[in-house]
Amino acid sequence: MDTLHKSKSLFEPSIVGPAIIDSIKKLDPRHHIKNPVMFVVLVGSIFTTGLYIQALLGHGEAPASFILSITLWLWFTLIFANFSEAMAEGRGKAQAASLRKARKDILAKKLSKPEHGSAYEKIPASKLRKQDIVIVEAGDIIPMDGEIIEGIASVDESAITGESAPVIRESGGDRSAVTGGTRVLSDWIIVRVSANPGETFLDHMIAMVEGAKRQKTPNEIALSILLAVFTLIFLLATVTLLPFSIYSITSAGHGAQVTVTVLVALLVCLIPTTIGGLLPAIGIAGMDRMIQANVIATSGRAVEAAGDVDVLLLDKTGTVTLGNRQAVSFIPTKNISVKALADAAQLASLSDETPEGRSVVILAKEKYGIRERQIHELNARFIPFSAQTRMSGVDLGDGRQIRKGSSDAIEEYVKKLDGSFPEDLKTEIASIARNGGTPLVVTEQKNVLGVIQLKDVVKGGIKERFAELRSMGIKTIMITGDNPLTAAAIAVEAGMDDFLAQATPETKLKLIRDMQTGGRLVAMTGDGTNDAPALAQADVAVAMNTGTQAAKEAGNMIDLDSNPTKLIEVVKIGKQLLITRGSLTTFSISNDISKYFAIIPAAFAGTYPALKVLNIMHLATPESAVLSAVIFNALIIVFLIPLALRGVKYKPMPANRLLRDNLLVYGVGGIIAPFIGIKLIDMILVALNLVR
Amino acid sequence: MISNNIIQSGIFLFVLVLAAKPLGIYMARIYEGKPAGINTWFGWLERWIYRFANINPEISMSWKTYAVAMMFFNMFGILVVYVLQRLQSILPLNPMSISSVAPDLAFNTAVSFATNTNWQSYGGETTLSYFSQMVGLTVQNFVSAATGMAVLVALIRGFVQKQVETIGNFWVDLVRSTLYILIPLALILSLVLVSQGVVQTFKPYTKVTVLQPVKDSNGNMIEEQVLALGPAASQVAIKQLGTNGGGFFNVNSAHPFENPTALSNFLEVLAILLISAALCYTFGVIVRDKRQGWALLAAMLIIFIPCLLFCIHMEQNGNPLLNNLGINQKTSALQSGGNMEGKESRFGIASSAIWATATTAASNGSVNSMHDSYMPLGGMIPMWLMQLGEVIFGGVGSGLYGMIAFVIIAVFIAGLMIGRTPEYLVKKIESYEMKMASLMILIPPIIVLVGTATAVILTQGRQAILNPGPHGFSEVLYAFSSAGNNNGSAFAGLSTNNIFYNIALGIAMFFARYWLAIPTLAIAGSLSKKKLVPATQGTLPTHTLLFIIFLVMIVLIVGALTFLPALALGPIVEHLMLVGT
Repeated sequence: MDTLHKSKSLFEPSIVGPAIIDSIKKLDPRHHIKNPVMFVVLVGSIFTTGLYIQALLGHGEAPASFILSITLWLWFTLIFANFSEAMAEGRGKAQAASLRKARKDILAKKLSKPEHGSAYEKIPASKLRKQDIVIVEAGDIIPMDGEIIEGIASVDESAITGESAPVIRESGGDRSAVTGGTRVLSDWIIVRVSANPGETFLDHMIAMVEGAKRQKTPNEIALSILLAVFTLIFLLATVTLLPFSIYSITSAGHGAQVTVTVLVALLVCLIPTTIGGLLPAIGIAGMDRMIQANVIATSGRAVEAAGDVDVLLLDKTGTVTLGNRQAVSFIPTKNISVKALADAAQLASLSDETPEGRSVVILAKEKYGIRERQIHELNARFIPFSAQTRMSGVDLGDGRQIRKGSSDAIEEYVKKLDGSFPEDLKTEIASIARNGGTPLVVTEQKNVLGVIQLKDVVKGGIKERFAELRSMGIKTIMITGDNPLTAAAIAVEAGMDDFLAQATPETKLKLIRDMQTGGRLVAMTGDGTNDAPALAQADVAVAMNTGTQAAKEAGNMIDLDSNPTKLIEVVKIGKQLLITRGSLTTFSISNDISKYFAIIPAAFAGTYPALKVLNIMHLATPESAVLSAVIFNALIIVFLIPLALRGVKYKPMPANRLLRDNLLVYGVGGIIAPFIGIKLIDMILVALNLVR
Repeated sequence: MISNNIIQSGIFLFVLVLAAKPLGIYMARIYEGKPAGINTWFGWLERWIYRFANINPEISMSWKTYAVAMMFFNMFGILVVYVLQRLQSILPLNPMSISSVAPDLAFNTAVSFATNTNWQSYGGETTLSYFSQMVGLTVQNFVSAATGMAVLVALIRGFVQKQVETIGNFWVDLVRSTLYILIPLALILSLVLVSQGVVQTFKPYTKVTVLQPVKDSNGNMIEEQVLALGPAASQVAIKQLGTNGGGFFNVNSAHPFENPTALSNFLEVLAILLISAALCYTFGVIVRDKRQGWALLAAMLIIFIPCLLFCIHMEQNGNPLLNNLGINQKTSALQSGGNMEGKESRFGIASSAIWATATTAASNGSVNSMHDSYMPLGGMIPMWLMQLGEVIFGGVGSGLYGMIAFVIIAVFIAGLMIGRTPEYLVKKIESYEMKMASLMILIPPIIVLVGTATAVILTQGRQAILNPGPHGFSEVLYAFSSAGNNNGSAFAGLSTNNIFYNIALGIAMFFARYWLAIPTLAIAGSLSKKKLVPATQGTLPTHTLLFIIFLVMIVLIVGALTFLPALALGPIVEHLMLVGT
């Protein structure tokens, strides 16, 4: 990740400035109507503003200065909440702006016929439509998303991926999709446009990071309902206090009625403003974190679903194992020394530039001390692998002919030369295959020397990651084209729960469907067109950016780094999003206990002085108590903005422990923190002589 | 005597938990249609009822049909009880020739008994004939309890069934609850009660000569007393078991003919919580995870036990005003000590406080002492237990489905905190369930707060208050807490037999019952349609101590935060003023 997606410091001045202006603009009631908690605060603020004006005119229910301070802090509460949202959006907007740079209005070379060399006219890219054919030559910017129908080119996609190394794009196969706004560095390609202006990948991406098309996710809706219910309950609890207070005074025969200002203050303190105010920011920041991880999610719903995933389908190659097999041991047949076998194997592989071949040379050197020789010094001739012989090898100057290949190819070769394939080797070969390895038999003419054991090398540290996933309750399934024996062995070695061997698009699709019928949520990665059906079926489908258009369209996320292990990151981010919401909800509600102890004795001190006993924080005066609670309520939003934007820290662990830890921090912490905070604010108010 | 309080509470809880398991297993077998003795012997009767009523027991209903059947049956019940009271004077079994009941009171009483509330704005012996008590009220005592159990069973099925559109047959659930659970238990209990001296007769009230003649306020000598009688035992048994609570006599189970001995008292108070506690176990059995049932029972006990001990403590401590006068309220060989006002000396502090706590934890509402006479904080416990939404045991059936609504809220918040869409008992909890569960926790506080506020504003509401100051406020708050949570116990000290209270409380009871039952059925329907989600390491276990405590916190916080301001103006300030003076 470089320039484009580098993570920005949380409070970067270029974002904070516009965010402050935005948070004032967002005071518009139309903006708040969607968020019942903050809407109540807005109405309350307007109400107390009215009370303040009334007090100025001389009919105030309380001193004008007191009403003013409450009113101001209620407005601050709103502005702080807006600020958190504007901050989250601002980070997205900054990214969108740099993406937009890639979308300069460029001229496209529209071809009259889909052939190289035919005439073209130059038209603005914005005039292109689906199915138009364009030619893009070295140095040109690709005008629109499309599919290469002819040609091959190296393309600089850094504008989208932030990855500066060029990638190869060619017609046919899995690398035929190109993205508008990227630049062709060499050669030429003919592209069939696959999106209309405004619908391109870049457009989607810009809309996404700006949060413009953000829809509420199912969990967010459920949480909004819960918050609305709490708001309604507290609204009733405070509104009914007015008649209760009036009755209390009539029956006690003395005392002052609770002021509406105090009731509004109590209401705003009780309703879950902390989570209500930060909720939009948390959602936007979640998307933002995905983008930081170079993953573009097509919807917030997908991000959230990622947290719920309980089955991960991972391709073996590139995800579980390094791309290539490596030689791990030499097993000679009877009467042959290991050294002789290693020597022959090395000779046969000297000119074999495949990773497998190189690994044989390395193994021979490291384990048996056979130094590397130069093939021309030996006066030898390299016999490359061919589909007919299914062997490769070397013919040495002294007449030795060494061959290596799969066991049945060598067996055939040996039999032709009237040799026989040693029986003891067959058992070795079977056992290698059973353990997930690939046997490569080495022979010198008709004398079979032994077998090289090639093995898939499981990526370092991957086993621990799978163990982590298992502790989160996520099952990992390896997808491979290998036979079941090999697949099983690798799955065991990598610590995966299950595997699908000899996978085809159909078996993959069926596996996903079966899992879903069993109530599981499935995530997978894919890049090829043949992955598209399975991607479309999976609940969370991460398509590689290098993949085909079909795969990208079928997925609901695109990984710009095209890194299959990214899925694990995606799951984490999804979970973190939910955890942040849950923790702040708990925190917000836990806060209420202390606020009661601050406001109730203050509110009714005029009616029932005996209630002063409940002022356990010993707040100086009723005014300072109410004001301190309101100030705390507003400031806590600001303090929690970094947490909302960054997300609660998440380490994979069993559910019960995770709940316990978060409850201790946000539940118990949420009960204790405001007692301290309110008391501190009260002390400051008194020290500064700001309250009576 | 402190040890006496602890021993009594301990024995009570021990027997309760002990009895919950076998009864829970029995009820699970009844609802699952497995042979359990009585249902094989009386299967012919059940089948005959279906044939007679033209019901096809094989048909499973959608949640909406189920709700319509439930509402139809209950509306019909309200109508019948109303008509019976209005025509009382011309109906049989009225040896004392009691006149017909006024329309507002008849409405209130009809709603009260059909909703399993049993709020009584009347005195049984002076208002209702034997016929009204038996055919009207006792029948409703059975079927209103059975309705609650039916709704619960439908909800439990929602957790067990997968991908079906239906939630069971209301009529079958109703008949089985009544026939195999309520009637046998009530029969056994009423026989034992009769053995203890609870009356069961159709004879008219008798006149007896008093042992110690007294002068009344006019100076007339009183030498004779009328003893009210009637078929009490049969009604007392079911009013306890079915969390109904409507006494045969005005003073309910403080009356010696309803509750004569220590044994009858123990059995009656046990009966209050018995079915509600056992249903937790039934729940565990039917969902094939008994730990889930124990977990809910544990959550209830975690709230119940401290409330009980606190209530006993406040009462045993006595009245500080009496201490100031130099009166000895200490426990000694000669006196039980503590605040004995409004308590039967037969029962004393512990038995009264256990009853008061149990009857309000469960939505029973029967009393063996006068809650109005409790110390302010002692009386706050029963009020607060009702305000928690009647989920600590609660009504038979309704208590547990109310608790499950809280569980849904709890798993939702807990689910978010561990980063997963919440699940409970292998079903995903989504926004529809959240909507309905939110409705269920929202309705009772609305009713209580709005009702109380209306009453203290209106003159009709205020005139009925007999005590001034915070205590008077507590009386109104208690009445609406009781009606708004279908409890039915009264704080007394409030003359509620007038048009305002009869109508207002009637409406409160109606909404508190059905606006909770219908969302419950909606949840049942929605859950039934869902797939089962297999549990994994990432699934939050809902039987652990951690989750139980979390659930308790959610119940307490919703209850406490909603009502703390109101309680501060009632019992809390009353207590502080009492201590302060």
